[in-house]
Amino acid sequence: MPEVLKAPLVVEFPFTRSLGPVQSAFLTGLRERVVLGVKTGDGRTLVPPVEYDPVTSEEIRDLVEVAPTGTVTTWAWNHAPRRGQPLDTPFAWVLVRLDGADTSLLHALDATGPDAVHTGMRVRIRWAEERSGAITDIACFEPYDSVETPEPAGHDGRFEDMVTGIVAPARLDYTYSPGRAQSGYINALSDRRIVGERCPSCRKVYVPPRGACPTCGVATVEEVEVGPGGTVTTYCIVNIKAKNLDIEVPYVYGHIALDGADLALHGRIGGIPYDQVRMGLRVEPVWTDGGRYPDHYRPTGEPDADYETYKELV
Amino acid sequence: MSKEPVAVVGIGQTKHVAARRDVSIAGLVREAAQRALDDAELTWADIDAVVIGKAPDFFEGVMMPELYLADALGAVGKPMLRVHTAGSVGGSTALVATNLIAGRVHGTVLTLAYEKQSESNAMWGLSLPIPFQQPLLAGAGGFFAPHVRAYMRRTAAPDTVGSLVAYKDRRNALKNPYAHLHEHDITLEKVQASPMLWDPIRYSETCPSSDGACAMVLTDRVGAARSPRPAAWLHGGAMRSEPTMFAGKDCVSPQAGKDCAADVYQQAGITDPRREIDAVEMYVPFSWYEPMWLENLGFAAEGEGWKLTESGVTELDGDLPVNMSGGVLSTNPIGASGMIRFAEAALQVRGQAGEHQVDGVRRALGHAYGGGSQFFSMWLVGAEPPAS
Repeated sequence: MPEVLKAPLVVEFPFTRSLGPVQSAFLTGLRERVVLGVKTGDGRTLVPPVEYDPVTSEEIRDLVEVAPTGTVTTWAWNHAPRRGQPLDTPFAWVLVRLDGADTSLLHALDATGPDAVHTGMRVRIRWAEERSGAITDIACFEPYDSVETPEPAGHDGRFEDMVTGIVAPARLDYTYSPGRAQSGYINALSDRRIVGERCPSCRKVYVPPRGACPTCGVATVEEVEVGPGGTVTTYCIVNIKAKNLDIEVPYVYGHIALDGADLALHGRIGGIPYDQVRMGLRVEPVWTDGGRYPDHYRPTGEPDADYETYKELV
Repeated sequence: MSKEPVAVVGIGQTKHVAARRDVSIAGLVREAAQRALDDAELTWADIDAVVIGKAPDFFEGVMMPELYLADALGAVGKPMLRVHTAGSVGGSTALVATNLIAGRVHGTVLTLAYEKQSESNAMWGLSLPIPFQQPLLAGAGGFFAPHVRAYMRRTAAPDTVGSLVAYKDRRNALKNPYAHLHEHDITLEKVQASPMLWDPIRYSETCPSSDGACAMVLTDRVGAARSPRPAAWLHGGAMRSEPTMFAGKDCVSPQAGKDCAADVYQQAGITDPRREIDAVEMYVPFSWYEPMWLENLGFAAEGEGWKLTESGVTELDGDLPVNMSGGVLSTNPIGASGMIRFAEAALQVRGQAGEHQVDGVRRALGHAYGGGSQFFSMWLVGAEPPAS
């Protein structure tokens, strides 16, 4: 079997978060080195705080300050930190119940090794030097040997210049594979051939092939070369430039039924003024050196196809 | 054993806007849910289960948001389900909730759908780069515009029909305090002079990007008997799917949409939807989808949908009002958009639609679609309980 293609795919976006009143106070507090929890109907203090009571479902807004010291309730050693994690040397993920809180906060503990960490150990916050109103304002936790518990100042959660939103960038790293059928299709494109696959049951030719017929639900294996000529079945003229696309506007985005294919594929129509493109226009692919796909399709000069000949493909 | 009749007794939504920077996602869904509970005069304790829907997680970048929203929706200690069927999700979410009551699994269910589009960018979320593929297009408009052109070719509809839909829906939105766009100075000329984005689709014929949530309280006969306000009764509900692309797919009038409508009408005993249904709230993100869906849903013969629009039949005071709320063209928190359609149908038969209420609506259809015209969900609600 020919080799199946693979390529890295990175999906990345700087998502924004509007915080609402409770998270706004919590994160602003961190900026000011104040840790806030919220009181529930049954008198517990939740840190980090939430907006709605997990028992009664009522809205809760009663913020209370807790201490920057606490106790590890459980932990796991992270021997190989990844990009974006709180520390770049091995550390422990810890759940810490801060003094005055009834729930635990997830964070990192800076420790020399797993032998230096145990459930029940006392820890305290190590504040980041530069703080902006984010969970990373807590740089990490560190072991705390004193028996003293600092008394919280009793902050009520009202600050000057509240943080109301944050940016939460996210990134996912995939290894993408188009699979057997599309790998064959893509490899053929480098030889400037367009190949589809025929369904053994309904005999329809799929381009690009997906490896199975979506109607009959059976595998497709018979390779069929189609085109190079084709008919524009429908199209639109794109007038707005998308941020992630390097195509000058206006351009024509067309559905092209290649000769021998039973459904249209999508491509750019060029070599003709955009306002002269029409349904039924006969086109052929234009290849560029080293391109993975036709750069665009251009008119062949043949007479337009009659609507009746392609209307089932629209 | 027959199904339990299902009633809508509470409806709530947020004022839809471009960005709700004052609330978290939890705060947004809570606001709609609380309003639905208030409408039904119920408390969190009266709810047996919660069914929530939203469009792709990339639209906010919160993976499995239902986990974090359990507290905000009073779901602790109760079943909570999340539904996803792309743009139709608001409709299919309501139908999953409906089936829990119809099957007598639960007595009273809170169902809710939302999107907080300001936290991300839907055009980005719908156009992730795929290795080995030529990047050609961004967003939904360019995807649907060729299908609109195909409809125009197939029916020889005058090219002004799309602008009539947009002008109507934007005026209807002025009567709906929850609608996102309130364009007080809208004129038909302005719609027709707006720039072509994806020719043949103009700027004013596209939906906005909104933050918003919609919630409904659904209940059984016992619950409906206690309802302080009139209930909307379910007479039929169905979902259908088909692949995004396959040989023989009718992209203008997909078979799955026709089958879904036929199922709903059969359940409701409807043989002539044009005469027997009083109002329709359908999913029209680009104006031309009104005439396209009028045909797909059986309100007009093939090729004739645009004539209903052009002759004013679908106006608020027309014979078959369509998108009384202002529609998706005026409000589009994507995940919630299907549920807003369903809720508007229910508001109309309850007589609770306020300034955009159509007189004497006894039966109304709510419709949603999603993906590449591949997921369909619809319900038909009535002012009277279904005949047993």
